[in-house]
Amino acid sequence: MDKNCYAIELKGITKRFGPVTANDGIDLGLRRGEILALLGENGSGKTTLMNMLSGIYLPDEGQILADGHTISIRSPKDAYAHGIGMIHQHYKLVDVFTAAENIVLGMEDEKKLDIKKANAKVREICGRYGFDIDPEKKVYDMSVSEKQTVEIVKVLYRGAEILILDEPTAVLTPQETERLFAVLRNMRDDDKAIVMITHKLNEVMAISDKVAVLRKGKYIGTVATAETNPQALTDMMVGRAVTLNIDRPLNQNQTERLRVSGLSCYDHEHVKKLDGVSFTAMGGEILGVAGIAGSGQKELLESIAGLCPIAEGSIRYLAPEGGEDELVGRTPMQIRKKGVSLAFIPEDRLGMGLVGSMGMTGNMMLRSWRRGGGPFVKRKPPRDLANKVLNELEVVTPGIEFPVRKLSGGNVQKVLVGREIASSPTVLMTAYAVRGLDINTSYTIYNLMTEQKMQGTAVIFVGEDLDVLLELCDRILVLCGGRVSGIVDARRATKEEIGLLMTSVGGKEEA
Amino acid sequence: MNALDTVILLLLAAITYGTPLLYGTLGEILTEKSGNLNLGVEGILFMGGAFGLGGVYYLEKFAGTPSGLVAILVALLCAFLAGAAASLIFCFLTTTLRANQNVTGLALAIFGTGVGQFAGEMMRVRAGSYVTVSNELKDFFIASPFPQFLKDIPYLGQLIFGNSWFFYLGVVLAIGMHLFLKKTRKGLYLRAVGENPGTADSAGINVTRYKYLATVIGGGISAIGGVVYIVTTAGCTWNNEGLSGVGWLAVALVIFCLWRPLSALWGSVLFGALMILYMRLQLSFVPTELYKILPYVVTVIVLIISSLRNNKEKQPPASLGLAYFREDR
Amino acid sequence: MDEKTKTPLLRLAKRSSFPKPAAWAIRVGSILFALLLGCVAILLTGNSPFKAYATMINGALGSKVYLQQTVKKAVPLLGCALAIAPCFKMRFWNIGAEGQITAGALAATFVARTFTGKLPSLPLLLLMAAGAILGGGLWALIPAFFKAKWNTNETLFTLMMNYIIIGVVAWLQAGPWEAQQGRIAQFDASAQLPKVLGVHCGWIIVLVLVLLVHIYMRHTKQGYEIAVIGDSMRTAQYAGMNVGRIMMRTMFLSGAISGLVGFIIAAGANHTLAKEIAGGVGFTSITVAWLSQLNAFAMIAISMMLGILTKGADTLQTAMSVPAAISDIIIGLLLFCMLGCEFFINYRLILRKKTGKGGAAV
Repeated sequence: MDKNCYAIELKGITKRFGPVTANDGIDLGLRRGEILALLGENGSGKTTLMNMLSGIYLPDEGQILADGHTISIRSPKDAYAHGIGMIHQHYKLVDVFTAAENIVLGMEDEKKLDIKKANAKVREICGRYGFDIDPEKKVYDMSVSEKQTVEIVKVLYRGAEILILDEPTAVLTPQETERLFAVLRNMRDDDKAIVMITHKLNEVMAISDKVAVLRKGKYIGTVATAETNPQALTDMMVGRAVTLNIDRPLNQNQTERLRVSGLSCYDHEHVKKLDGVSFTAMGGEILGVAGIAGSGQKELLESIAGLCPIAEGSIRYLAPEGGEDELVGRTPMQIRKKGVSLAFIPEDRLGMGLVGSMGMTGNMMLRSWRRGGGPFVKRKPPRDLANKVLNELEVVTPGIEFPVRKLSGGNVQKVLVGREIASSPTVLMTAYAVRGLDINTSYTIYNLMTEQKMQGTAVIFVGEDLDVLLELCDRILVLCGGRVSGIVDARRATKEEIGLLMTSVGGKEEA
Repeated sequence: MNALDTVILLLLAAITYGTPLLYGTLGEILTEKSGNLNLGVEGILFMGGAFGLGGVYYLEKFAGTPSGLVAILVALLCAFLAGAAASLIFCFLTTTLRANQNVTGLALAIFGTGVGQFAGEMMRVRAGSYVTVSNELKDFFIASPFPQFLKDIPYLGQLIFGNSWFFYLGVVLAIGMHLFLKKTRKGLYLRAVGENPGTADSAGINVTRYKYLATVIGGGISAIGGVVYIVTTAGCTWNNEGLSGVGWLAVALVIFCLWRPLSALWGSVLFGALMILYMRLQLSFVPTELYKILPYVVTVIVLIISSLRNNKEKQPPASLGLAYFREDR
Repeated sequence: MDEKTKTPLLRLAKRSSFPKPAAWAIRVGSILFALLLGCVAILLTGNSPFKAYATMINGALGSKVYLQQTVKKAVPLLGCALAIAPCFKMRFWNIGAEGQITAGALAATFVARTFTGKLPSLPLLLLMAAGAILGGGLWALIPAFFKAKWNTNETLFTLMMNYIIIGVVAWLQAGPWEAQQGRIAQFDASAQLPKVLGVHCGWIIVLVLVLLVHIYMRHTKQGYEIAVIGDSMRTAQYAGMNVGRIMMRTMFLSGAISGLVGFIIAAGANHTLAKEIAGGVGFTSITVAWLSQLNAFAMIAISMMLGILTKGADTLQTAMSVPAAISDIIIGLLLFCMLGCEFFINYRLILRKKTGKGGAAV
């Protein structure tokens, strides 16, 4: 095989989702015997780009070349036919099947099912690259890292020469990460082309031969790992600080509102998601929360809202009018009954924050339906509120009874934010409040947050765009692997500083 | 000695009563393995019973008494086709037109019992008297395929070799289905479809095709249960009274045997025994009618225990009753 | 890349909105189509479909007595569909209405047997109704409890519960409560529902229930909670709702209404208890509720329609010796067509010629 020829080359790939351009004219080349790190922040278009290689999406423009010939990849099957296999972040495995049964699923090449032969072949692949997996083990008995191994072996079993791994280390412990890297090196030495999507700089430096950087859907450049350093890569990844001109007045009158100490929690797979998180949130400030996706942001907000079982730690609420309350161990209803006015704009707007099949009125009611005596709901106040939100936030809808599920993303968010702010909260938590929104709506949301802050609300703003966090927030708390890796003053901190806090703290919890 | 005879007689009767259930259950297992919860089994059994009987009856009427094996084949084929057609309606509505499975299944139960009864009564009206087949065929249907000397083996002879053709066919079918689900590629894929259609789809398995095939073939197999009931227990006449409830019992048995074809073998005998126990085993402290609810009670207990223990191997197919649409992925 | 190879021949897209008149036109069209299919079955009997349908309509609505009998058939269907509605709104698949009716009738019969002669008619009937409500409600509460506690599959559980209670009635009928020939004695006149306009007053109770259920679902806090849970369990938790408790409460309510229907059948129509008391109403009413889109008023129309078909088929049997099972066939066809037609209201079929967005080809 000609080493100079790209195994796969992308030329001018563009992909749009409605008005959003996820990938904008991207050129990229992969070589055999090489590990390419695809680096970029959340939302920079890494996964979208790779999904076009694995047959999930079709590019709107541009070409894909394999060994110099133009190819078209219309389905995952096509991708396999060209030797491309992708390991997605969400594993697609059948729980009650063994590893080998999952691996042979969908293979049509051999007529007869010979599970013993499959087991042997799986063992052979494992032996060759250094995986540690029992082909006869059931998936439901497996740890996350074992499931990942099954996914990788599945791809290799199908004879993939080009492997794409989407943030493979996101769910792994450091030890498991090391083991994965060893395997990746073995595969590189076996002349495979490997792409690893990541935003962790230390891992890029540890494993890759080359780094390609994407930023906001654009291709920034490719450098050899040996010739670069984390600082330079951070610069490429986050770019020069962009001035957004978000108005940021200072509320002189700040009071302590939430005191979180030693907070830990686990998800239902018993993976530690928060690890001894401590901070205070002040009334009258916006506390930004930065971190790569899945660093515990969701769990942090849900624990405060009483929606996530807490293993240890305490959350003290200090009421503006004096008095202190413990929120840990309380249900959302009990928290509200205590007089704690907590507003929460969750990441999953329609699945958690709103009732998609109802109109604005019905959704306004979600916070107030229990109010008033008697068995009947009061429709007038929510209807008035719906009209108010409609006018003030300029929601575009055929009517306040029109199901919100059918509204555009920006309008959905306006309905949600409008409702949450209307309860004049003392604590306002938002998760990715501007994700998927256009510029104008985003600014509307920023202004609303600032307005709330000036009214003395403690705003906790979980965000992904560092430029926004730096210009909107007063302080920024950085989460990394469920731990607080730093709390910085947003007026003085730099993007690089936060980027390093997000990524370079390698210490994740032990398995 | 006498007690032993009683037990053997009871077991033989239990097998006879359990055989229609066995088919109903095996068919529904296949259907549910694809993630489709077809609650129309009751209707399917009715249709199978009526059309299976009709097939044999008209064959004999127009072509003279056929050989026993031909009659059995015709009965099975007619019942199978009727059940397959009914299940095709179900599958088309739920898989292609995305209707709710529970509601569609109940509609099929209503439709199928209607069609079965209608066909049964129409035959009677046309014939002007009870529709039945010749005594030769009747005897053949309940006769054992094995020679007499095997049946003469003390105690076990009758039990092992004395049952009808249909029972042995059901045993073969159960073993075949077990092997199909456990040992073949298509069986593996079918289970994947029922467990996690999204995963199956992304692995390149044609989810719709598997659902259709499993549901239609499963419906056909279930329907055979109807005709088996008619030609063995009901004496080859249309008897909707006796057949009613067998389909629902089959749905219960699917749960009871935890979606395993081999367990359906002894499960159907057990349920068959519970159905007739009151006739054979009169205990003064158990009212006879209460025996009949035992199958349902034990099924509920199995259902509760399996949800309580949360043993992954003993659960319904994970996507059972849920619609799968690719864009929802 | 060649556009044609990207997209399949036929694609589906969810309609964002569909004009209401057109939607109703499709639904009415599907009913007509079902009746057309029913003609095939009638033709098989050697009768003219036109004449058969005319006989059915006449037999169901042609005289005051016929109409009364038709209403008598529609009343339990309507009442039970109302019971199903809250559960299905919550996406709790309660298919145990058959058993809940039976449990209610059983409880009512128990009250009637205990208190006949000791109470005047009105208090007796009220007590029977109360007993039926409690009986049906508690019977429904059992599967709801296990669903809330251990997520036990409610579809299969409620289904099994039907046959357990029916078996219990069969036992009572043939044993402890037997009067003669495996039957339970007729209720005393004081335990029978009085007639209004020639039909037992159950029809008034059910019509009041239509209003109550409509108000409950649309205007009460509990109805709101049910709607939210049906839409998204996560949202309900986010809003501070106790999902398990609401589930049990709703199932109790559903069972209670079914139980009341059982009382109406026992005290109004049959004047006794038998194991066939529900007679498939619990299953048919599920389809009534679903096809009415859980709208209480639409249920009146659909249950009346099924009532007409059932009564009409009875007439057909006597007049033209067509088996009465024809009604089940036509009802089944009707259900199939109406279930299927919703697809064409919710989805749009797109032929590939004018795509261009190049959607995912997975």
